[in-house]
This record gives sequence, structure tokens and C-alpha cells, in this order.
Amino acid sequence: MTDLAAKAPAAPSPWLTVSNLGFFHGTQEVLSGVGLEFQPGRHYILAGPNGAGKSTLLDLLANLKKPASGGIMVRGRPMNDFSPLALARALALAPQDFRLNFSFTVREVVAMGRRPYLGRWGRLTARDYAAVDRAIEAVDLGTLVHKPVTALSGGERQRVVAARALAQETPILLLDEPTSGLDVAHGLALMDLARRRAEAGTLVITVTHDLNLAAPFAHEFVFLKKGRLVAAGITEETFTGDILAMVYEAGARVARDDFSGGPAASFRLPGRNSAPGV
Amino acid sequence: MPAGFTDYQTRARWRSPWTFGLVLFLALGVMLAVSVNFGYMPFSPGEIIEVLRGKFFGGLPELPENRVIVLWEVRLPRLMTALLAGAALGLSGAIFQGLLLNPLADPYTLGVSSGAACGAAIVIITGLLAPGLTFLNTPWALTCGAFIVASLTLALVIALARDEQKHLSPTNLILSGVIMSAILSAAISFIKYLAGDQVSSIIFWLLGSFVARTWTDAGLVLAFFLPALLIALWSAVDLNIMTLGARSAETLGVNTRRVRLRLLAAASLAASAAVSVAGIIGFVGLIVPHLVRLVTGPDHRSLLPLSALGGALLLLSADTVVRAVLPGEIPVGVLTALLAGPVFLVIFRRRMGRLAYD
Repeated sequence: MTDLAAKAPAAPSPWLTVSNLGFFHGTQEVLSGVGLEFQPGRHYILAGPNGAGKSTLLDLLANLKKPASGGIMVRGRPMNDFSPLALARALALAPQDFRLNFSFTVREVVAMGRRPYLGRWGRLTARDYAAVDRAIEAVDLGTLVHKPVTALSGGERQRVVAARALAQETPILLLDEPTSGLDVAHGLALMDLARRRAEAGTLVITVTHDLNLAAPFAHEFVFLKKGRLVAAGITEETFTGDILAMVYEAGARVARDDFSGGPAASFRLPGRNSAPGV
Repeated sequence: MPAGFTDYQTRARWRSPWTFGLVLFLALGVMLAVSVNFGYMPFSPGEIIEVLRGKFFGGLPELPENRVIVLWEVRLPRLMTALLAGAALGLSGAIFQGLLLNPLADPYTLGVSSGAACGAAIVIITGLLAPGLTFLNTPWALTCGAFIVASLTLALVIALARDEQKHLSPTNLILSGVIMSAILSAAISFIKYLAGDQVSSIIFWLLGSFVARTWTDAGLVLAFFLPALLIALWSAVDLNIMTLGARSAETLGVNTRRVRLRLLAAASLAASAAVSVAGIIGFVGLIVPHLVRLVTGPDHRSLLPLSALGGALLLLSADTVVRAVLPGEIPVGVLTALLAGPVFLVIFRRRMGRLAYD
């Protein structure tokens, strides 16, 4: 699967390399033979139908699961060589299944993202506070800093989790469904943030189902289907009607949208010429 | 500028952990002084100092011998046992609530207290059925029996709750804790049945009481409580982070499996020590961390030690009330359950209201 490397702009070395990755859930194979290279400074969208193995791949990249076969290299070194702390300084994940059961304030939760840099008693330095404040501003939570997270709405909680990952200030950022539960404006703002982070040099990988929200902000798409890599490459070449139709098994067309300035996909049920009732 | 995760700017100054800790500490001192003075034989502060001076620095106190004995052999050991058991229950409750991501969990949720009670009951019944085994009638035997069965219970609960990938989810832990508690209460009923005519000794012990506790009891709780407190404080920052969920904590460099096992061990050390000297005393481990959290917030670096202080204050006060204020000697476990039950209900309703908004 080196077609991605061939099409991506030449870069000295990838920051994340997965080769021949396989994973089983019980006896069922969820990922098989996945090989990919992720370059710094790019925003990747990881997409595919339900059960395609997106979340599993993200878990493997975050070292939350161990691959059954194959391996992952982080900035040229095998992932297993990293201590948990070293990995936490290299790679941050904003998970989907976060818990905010205790009444920590927004700032306290975001400050937990600094844990890889702190000592046993968790004392924050001025530098840590600066990183925390930057992360809070980046997700537009400035007015809620001192509010307990238990009193926030679902979308606000989602942004707290993103801010916590941003505060980790890692070269690699993994976002798992970061816009689920967000309204349009905050969803756009979060995708824009991911893109800007990438342009500032970070490697950003986002799992999402909201293809049209993500497409204008994506450098590259990676499509998985039934645990296999089916397409990967720059948005212009992978976010196409043919590929989407093949991946999602639905009628699909991609056109440039004048208003957003990016590509936009439309779908319909396979074998239908129009929506019901039209 | 205060350092740490705690976001002091939102909370009034008296709600800072240090201020509230000082308040609790002073209140505990006052309560001790009041409690020594309360009861069948009151003591003045001068007499207490005189006896303590005599005990620690030699020189006979100029007091009648029976007063010295009542103070030193009866009153003080009882107060210290109640105080330390309260501290152990408060600490253990705070750890369980943090670990199980559930502000309504307590040492009973995982069956640890039931395990400790069952272990103690086994020691009592063996002592009754085999009067030759006199070593079983010592407090050490009771505590060790309680701790062994509590640890076995915890090990079983963990083994039951583990999934294929050896992950421990809080939900699975709570469910297997409920199952184990049900089995253990059946076992305790069986032991009561075996005790026949002498069942009252087990029942009274299970009700929870500090009557006739000795320095050995106090020392036992201290010996279990101190390591538990140190282990818990060592992991307090990681426990804060684990409240975000295990996946988040792992990606922040926390070895969640190790921290969870370490904290489970600490919490069961504390809980089984308290249960073995005091019997079943409900709600202290549940209410105290909850109230402390309302005042100083959920940061475990302050919540854990303050819950220990608060538990000490609550149980010492409750024991003083049953000992010196109420007629007869109601078991203190009955009083805490009667008083704390309604408080628990209020907290529960408050949380339901909040969840309804979510």
C-alpha cells in the first residue's frame, strides 16, 4: 500500500507508519494487511462504513490495543520502544467515550492534558498554564473556564475533550468523531482547527462520518472497508463519486461546492434514480 | 498563584483544601476534647494532660487509680478506635468513588466490607465452635480474618469483572461486586444459623459498635490505614486523570491497570481494618467523600486526606452521641445508618435532577 506515499508530496520521513497491520476481535478479523504512511503537516480523514475498522485502527495508533500482526513506527521508532510517558508526549487522542462524571472545572480537565509533563503531585508551571489557556481558547470555551464540566451541554463537553488533547501539545493528534454532537458552527470551527494545526506542522488524523463537513478541511482521505484499506491519497483523488460509491455501496457523486469552496458529496440508495417521492 | 489542577478561582477561600482541612482538624480536636469529657465519668482537660504526661514521660499521675484506668484503658482507646475507623472508612469510600467513576459508590459496592464482615464472622464462629483455639478470640485474629476474606472477595470480584483483554470496566466491577455481596450475605446468614444460641454475639458485632475497644484495636486500624493513605496519596493525580475514563488516562501515560490494582488494594486495606474492629458501619464511606467534594471539589489530592479527616470527625461524633447522649448503648452503625440514610437520599435526588438536565 505505498500508493499513498507515492502521491503525497515528498517529505523526509513519515511520522506514523503502519505496516501489514492486523487485529482480531475474538476470532473475527477486524483489520487485515493495512499499510499506511502518515506525513507531518497533513490532516487525514479516516472514513468508511460502520464496522470498517476505523476505531480499531485509531486505537492501535494510540497504543490502546496491541496489533495481532504487523507493526507501527512512531517518528521512525517502533511504538513498543516508547515508554507510556514518552508516547503521551508524542501522541494525543481525543476519544469518543470520554467520562466527565466528577465536577472538575473546564480548566482542571484541560489541565489534565499536561500530565505527561508533570511530576508526581501534578504541579503546573506557567508554561503549562499557557498551554492550557491556548487549548481552551482554541475550542472557544473561554467563557466557561471555571464551570464544572458536569454542568456543560454535550457539545461543550465534546470540546472540553478536544481541548484536553490539544493541551498535550503533541506532534501527533488523533481525533475520534470530534464533531459528533457539535452544532454546525462549532463543527466547522473544530475542522478548521484541525486543518490549521496540521498546517502548523502537526500530524492530525480524524475519524468521522460527516464527510461533507470534513472534506473542505482534509488534505488526504483514508478509506477502510471490512477491515481492509481500500483507498488512500489526497482529497482531490480519493474523495470522488466512484470511490465513495465503492466504499459505501450507495450511489454517490462529488461536485465542487461554490459556497463552501470545497468538494461536496451527494448520495442516494443504490439502484434508485431519485429520492423517494420525487 | 496556586499551582495544581485545582481551579481555586471558582471557589470561596474557606473552600480551599488547606482552609477546610484546618477547619476539620480543629473540629476533630474539639470533638476529642468534648468526647473525653462526656460520659459516665467526666474528665477535665487538666486530668487528661496529667494522665498522658504520666503515660508518656513516666511519673505517676496524682489521680485515683480507677480514674486513670477508665481514661487510659477504656475511654481513650475507644475514642481513638472510632476516630481511626472513621478515617479508614472515609478514605476507602473516596478511593472507591474515584475508581468506579461513581460518586455514589462505597466500600460495600464491591463487596469488600461484606467480605471483611464474613471473615470476621468466620473467626467468631470458629472460636465459638472450637473453644480450644483461644488465639481466635484476639482482635488480631479478627482483623486478619476480615482482611483475608476481604482480599479474597476483591480478587474474585476482579477475576469476575475482567473481560477477554483483561480490562476492568467500572460497570463490570460494580456488577460483580453486587453478585459477591449477595453470596457473602447468604454466607453470613449461614454462619449466624450455625451459631445457634450464641448468635447474638455475631449479630451485635455486625451491628457496628466501639464498646470495649482496646489500644490493640486502635493500633490495628492505624497499621492498616497509614499504608493505605500513603498508597492513595501517591496515586491521587493518576486517580484524577482516571476519572476521564481508562482510554483517556492511558493516552496520558497512566498505567491504569497498575494504578487501579494499587488503589483497590489500598481501599480494601482501609475498609477491612475498619470493619474488623467496628463491625458494619454504613454510609460513612459514602456520605463523607460526597460532602467533602461539595466543599473543596473533586481533586483527589485533597479529597482523599480530607475524607479521612471528615470520616474521623463523623464517626467520633456519632460514637460520642451513642455513648454519652442517647440512653442505653445503641450500636453506632445503627445511628450512622439512620442519620446518613436520609442525607444519602437527598444527594441521590439532587443527582437525579442534574442528570435529567443532561
